[in-house]
Amino acid sequence: MNFRRFTALLASVVAIVLVVIVVFLAAYAWPAVRLNGFHFLIDNSWNLGRQYGTPITVHGQEILPGAHYGILFLIAGTLLSTAIALAIAVPVGVGAALFLAEGVPPIMRSWLSFFVELLAAIPSVVFGLWGYVVVIPFLGHHLFPFMIKWLGFIPFFGGTPGSGYGLLTSGLVLTLMIVPLITATLRDALVSQPASLREAAVALGASRFETMWTVLMPAVRRVLIGSSILATGRALGETMAVLMVSGNALNILPNNIYQPISTMASFIVSQLDSAMQDPTGMAVRSLAEVALVLCLISIMVNGLARVLLYYEGRQAARIA
Amino acid sequence: MGATAAEIRSAPIPAASGRVLRRRLFDYFGWGLCALAFLLLSSAMIWILVVVFLRGFSALTWNVMTHVTEGTGGGLLNAIEGTVVLAFGGILLACPPGLAAGIYLAEFDRGRLAPVIRFLSDVLVGVPSIVIGYFGYVTMVVALGWKFSVAAGSVALAIISLPYICRTTEMSLRQVPRPLREAAYALGAGDGRVTMGICVPSALPGILTGILLALAISVGETAPLIYTAGWSSYLWTGHLTNEPVGYLTYAIWAFITEPFSSAHALAYAAAFFVTFFVLVISIVARAVLDENAGWRRLRSWERRKA
Repeated sequence: MNFRRFTALLASVVAIVLVVIVVFLAAYAWPAVRLNGFHFLIDNSWNLGRQYGTPITVHGQEILPGAHYGILFLIAGTLLSTAIALAIAVPVGVGAALFLAEGVPPIMRSWLSFFVELLAAIPSVVFGLWGYVVVIPFLGHHLFPFMIKWLGFIPFFGGTPGSGYGLLTSGLVLTLMIVPLITATLRDALVSQPASLREAAVALGASRFETMWTVLMPAVRRVLIGSSILATGRALGETMAVLMVSGNALNILPNNIYQPISTMASFIVSQLDSAMQDPTGMAVRSLAEVALVLCLISIMVNGLARVLLYYEGRQAARIA
Repeated sequence: MGATAAEIRSAPIPAASGRVLRRRLFDYFGWGLCALAFLLLSSAMIWILVVVFLRGFSALTWNVMTHVTEGTGGGLLNAIEGTVVLAFGGILLACPPGLAAGIYLAEFDRGRLAPVIRFLSDVLVGVPSIVIGYFGYVTMVVALGWKFSVAAGSVALAIISLPYICRTTEMSLRQVPRPLREAAYALGAGDGRVTMGICVPSALPGILTGILLALAISVGETAPLIYTAGWSSYLWTGHLTNEPVGYLTYAIWAFITEPFSSAHALAYAAAFFVTFFVLVISIVARAVLDENAGWRRLRSWERRKA
């Protein structure tokens, strides 16, 4: 076998791994998919059933009496916390990228960028620790009551502050975890725009900020969209930090931004122990279905982002 | 009516009209918001580092590094050992396919396979680590009967490291100048010798940095290990399967929610170790990759010459 074939063979492991993950998860979750049907996504009740009851047969599957699996609250928690994170992370990420690309002297630029982008290197569980130990008391005792007092008239901003665990806290911690992705990608794209764009804008009398805002930002629009989608994927699948600050709600849909939630990823960690107690095994298979749904969502989101960034790369190559 | 350049230059600047004022305000306001965004991020970063390092440092004792966990106290020796074993196991497993994929993508990027591998590895980066952990639980822990073990945990970490090693290898190899390859081929070297004898040695700093970064990611991961490696308060006895191991990130997560101050101290110490290690690797990687920028300069120089 020649060298080229040999590397191709080893390299295909990378491609096969993803396929294997999806296939095995789907195969394992299949009885649960058959049992739960479409209601899995739109019902709001996760109930393992009576632990010591005699298993009954539903749709050809053996389950505990009273067992029902619906994850609407997880989908809501995942999407809402990601939406909050994205709504804050995109403006902050753009601002920081503009500042780092143009607002600081070139000597400091690379070190300041490195410092901010180090946020992406901090492990998820350390974010969780920080959130659990200092952010939650701060938000629960100071910021949330303050926000309710002054912003309570806005829908979903009123209510009781709770203890600090919840939707907004998860969103804020997620924000910090995804901002560096947006900032780093966008800053690179801004710096590598052709100088002629800048020169043309300046020649027309634009100030530095006007150059950035009206000429360079539109030029990197697709990079911004692509990196935001990648960041969305990261936020959707974030596990440990959310697990430690979300409050791990069960079967509750939040009716304001301070209420506890749970996300698909963190639910898998928090529920597997109790799911293992189910003698029919259907609870573990339903959790596999949660993992499968999460996996498919993240594959779609990442695939979309890669396609967008790929076309952007081709365009950049044409210009250069 | 000829006005000299000097006259134009010394002409009085007209007082700021509404439009100019509006533009100036837009400028100040815009830069202000950008600086605010940057300040927000850097202060969060500083806040995290201060919490982890101050509390972690005060929790560090000699005992923490020399004793195993006993209940909610004791030390972290078992967790430190487990983290090292799992991370190195994961890297060892991930290196052959990851490096091969990187080499294939960079050197033999003509077939139909290359774009597929590149796309799938990019998507694999985005698969949530808990999904990979659950996959490991379903297949290795349950179906293969390995139970919570070093083997299952290492494989899960290997899957997570794979795409990082693959992409950094590809990028470092792509920075090796083309004439180097052409010269080697012209001297009659085959694919294997050109790649392994010429390109890989030139790209080695970048490739090793990629492996180091993958190691940092493995050390910081929690979610894929909880249901593959389990947790154990004892030292690893060397069995690959059927024996759970401890690791530092689990200690952070599990011990900070305990009500005892001895448990909190362990969690802070574990966070200190993990964060310190990850930051050191990031800084080393940064320094090496900057050095590596030399290749990039050489390439742009060649392009100008052509």
